[in-house]
Amino acid sequence: MSTVIREHKEPLIRISKRTHISRPRAWGIRAIALVLALAVSGLVIFAIVKLSPIKVYGAMFQGAFGTAKRSWATIRDTMMLLCIGIGLAPAFKMKFWNIGAEGQALVGGIATAACMIYFKSLPTPLLFLVMIICSVVAGCIWGLIPGVFKAKWNTNETLFTLMMNYVAIQLTSYFVAKWENPPGSNSVGIINPQPTDHAGWLPSLFGQPYLLNVIIVLLLAVAMFIYLKYSKHGYEIAVVGDSENTARYAGISVKKVFIRTMALSGAICGVAGFLAVSGASHTISTSTAGGRGFTAIIVAWLAKFNTFVMILISLLLVFMEKGAIEIASRYHLNDYASQIITGILLFFILGSEFFINYKINFRRKHD
Amino acid sequence: MENATAVQMKNITKRFGEVTANDKVSLDLKRGEILSLLGENGSGKTTLMNMLAGIYFPDDGQIFVDGKEVTIRSPKDAFDLGIGMIHQHFKLVDVFTAAENIVLGLDEKGKLDRKAIAEKVKEISDRYGFEIDPNQKVYNMSVSQKQTLEIVKVLYRGANILILDEPTAVLTPQETDKLFAVMRNMKADGKALVIITHKLHEVMDVSDRVAVLRKGQYIGDVATRDTDPQKLTDMMVGRAVTLNIDRPKADSLEERIAVEHLTVRDKDGVARLSDVSFTAYGGEILGIAGISGSGQKHLLESIAGLQDPEDGSHILYHDKSGADHELVGKNPLDIAKLGVALSFVPEDRLGMGLVGNMDLTDNMLLRSYLTGRGIFADRKKPKKLAETVVDELEVVTPSVATPVRKLSGGNVQKVLVGREIAMNPTVLMSAYAVRGLDINTSYTIYNLMTEQKMKGVAVIYVGEDLDVLLELCDRILVLCGGKVSGIVNGRTATKEGIGLMMTQICENPPRFEEKEVQA
Repeated sequence: MSTVIREHKEPLIRISKRTHISRPRAWGIRAIALVLALAVSGLVIFAIVKLSPIKVYGAMFQGAFGTAKRSWATIRDTMMLLCIGIGLAPAFKMKFWNIGAEGQALVGGIATAACMIYFKSLPTPLLFLVMIICSVVAGCIWGLIPGVFKAKWNTNETLFTLMMNYVAIQLTSYFVAKWENPPGSNSVGIINPQPTDHAGWLPSLFGQPYLLNVIIVLLLAVAMFIYLKYSKHGYEIAVVGDSENTARYAGISVKKVFIRTMALSGAICGVAGFLAVSGASHTISTSTAGGRGFTAIIVAWLAKFNTFVMILISLLLVFMEKGAIEIASRYHLNDYASQIITGILLFFILGSEFFINYKINFRRKHD
Repeated sequence: MENATAVQMKNITKRFGEVTANDKVSLDLKRGEILSLLGENGSGKTTLMNMLAGIYFPDDGQIFVDGKEVTIRSPKDAFDLGIGMIHQHFKLVDVFTAAENIVLGLDEKGKLDRKAIAEKVKEISDRYGFEIDPNQKVYNMSVSQKQTLEIVKVLYRGANILILDEPTAVLTPQETDKLFAVMRNMKADGKALVIITHKLHEVMDVSDRVAVLRKGQYIGDVATRDTDPQKLTDMMVGRAVTLNIDRPKADSLEERIAVEHLTVRDKDGVARLSDVSFTAYGGEILGIAGISGSGQKHLLESIAGLQDPEDGSHILYHDKSGADHELVGKNPLDIAKLGVALSFVPEDRLGMGLVGNMDLTDNMLLRSYLTGRGIFADRKKPKKLAETVVDELEVVTPSVATPVRKLSGGNVQKVLVGREIAMNPTVLMSAYAVRGLDINTSYTIYNLMTEQKMKGVAVIYVGEDLDVLLELCDRILVLCGGKVSGIVNGRTATKEGIGLMMTQICENPPRFEEKEVQA
């Protein structure tokens, strides 16, 4: 037995998995992460641009909530992001990687714009009905195509949905060229701009142009929460997401659930496109979705598909975006400065999940 | 070196969150002995050994190897100390040969000298009586050969303290005997061995000393010659337990399922079942024996409507009114709609039978979520059912709202079996229902199966422990390479006979007569 025996010291740091953590403690860790993120961003701001972090944070707040108009813009964009997040929730809960919300929202927007242009003479209630149906159907089809292909031929949905975005963008370019107004501007311009007309514009409520957006999206949030948590469909989605084998064992048709859920996911993203065109910009361009289809993926995952938590996260992300624009113009920084802050913030928030799931053990003191 | 202490573990404590897996456990292991480590599920056997193998790090306590205090931070440290562990799940590269797997990860300089490796492997094999071909690819190996390779691998690395975690779970009786012969040779060579097993007759057969753990605590150790299975069980469970399986005969048998010429091919076109025919009766337990991977999974899944059998296959269900229903070509939902109450406890508990991330209530819901009108799922009855199962089967869980993946293996199985039995089945199929379960839980499951049989249910029990199959089942169907090598009477068949049927090459499966075996 020629075993070489070596003395080892106990490792300085060991990581072990937590089996349980109380809810207040988990939120405590997240709060610490937020404070740390603000502190680190402050240091970075000071080190790079020699500005007082407090002033910069103040300016960001001004950018997002400085005036009533700004507050409403922040709320409007939050709702748009939230709406797409709600659309993604069932797909991601099913572990179906729908990266195509951008395209699904865009085709919803195209359908809405088309209705506003071609059916503007319809009576208002009928026009809205047609607009909503068209945008829902458009988004639905855009979600169904990858869903059906996945169910029938097991294609990779990540690539498929991603590529569907580019098709939607090209389609939008085509319609922008077709509906160009005025000619040569390379844009559609505001559709039905005369105040007496405004056909297909989502009406103001209590003098607030975006209040209806808020109501529609919050209703969707509540409905989706209930759908996922209490309905039979929601249960099927959860089972398929956890284990397709278990789903088959229980007699759930995995194909049917794939197709049905992607139709729903696309349809809600289509509604987001409707809100963007009819309820916000009143025009259509390739940037109507503005990358929110991708940002919403972060929203859905961070909230773990809980649509109420999504409200908070959407608000945080839009707040950062608005703040970025403000500090960029006020301090002549470019908006990378704020993207750095957003990055630091997300790093700490995501990083805090590690400390919620794992425990760090330090070396014991001997003797 | 004769009988010097090889390893001494002193006051070892290991906690996982609030659970104390090992509580001040002290254990020593001598050279030239085989120690059996015995305990129920979750008693901390594997945790304790994992600390010796460098996989976990103890929260408290000391480990001495050859009298010197050591710190084992990683499996590499363990190897340097001459400690090698053979895990339940093999860690081999399929496309490599035996020799390549053996040297994989060894940090040796220079070119790969296949000849020298082969020579050293041969030397080790001759010394202990292994049969191994250094040039055979792993994907061509049987389970037993793979296990041999794992053992040779740790010996090649100079291990003289070997830990075997449930090595016999996947072996036939003949292969187990071979393994034990090799273990005795290693013992004679002065090596120290630890074997973790749930099978008491193996403990009695191979070990010199038995150490018993219960709920993370060290209960004590006894010399094997001074004890017997009953005493060991009492030590393990902490109270007296009866170790007999009751095998009453049902008053009448009723034909329930007739499988005829069942052939199933997998995605690659390989036949996993060829021309399988048999009948299962209500009021009997039909055991299915065979080396793992002989087609057991495909057989049960075919009946459950989860496979797509070839044309010409028939699975007929005779309902109580005498009508026949063809199950081939139907999915589980269609089968349920026919009114066939088919319960199925699949081998892969969390990957097929249950949803790991869902709590007990939602897992009960899996079988009943479609009942009731409206779009909402009714969780009231499943919640009640979950509470009943927890109560009646003594499931250890913080509450019915705990995700099942957080429960221990035995409790997960109780949840699954509890749900399936609650369906009031006419056919109950189970695959490896007691795999990894401790004695106490295993007997609970056996009793439940027998209870169902006496209710007139047709029970199909796929098992791996032949002793249990012979005690529990009325008839035993033996599978070999996807074919039926015979159906024998569970009351008269012998272990050796079944062992041979499990391994025989069966080009032409013997045609069996149902009447003959119906004794």
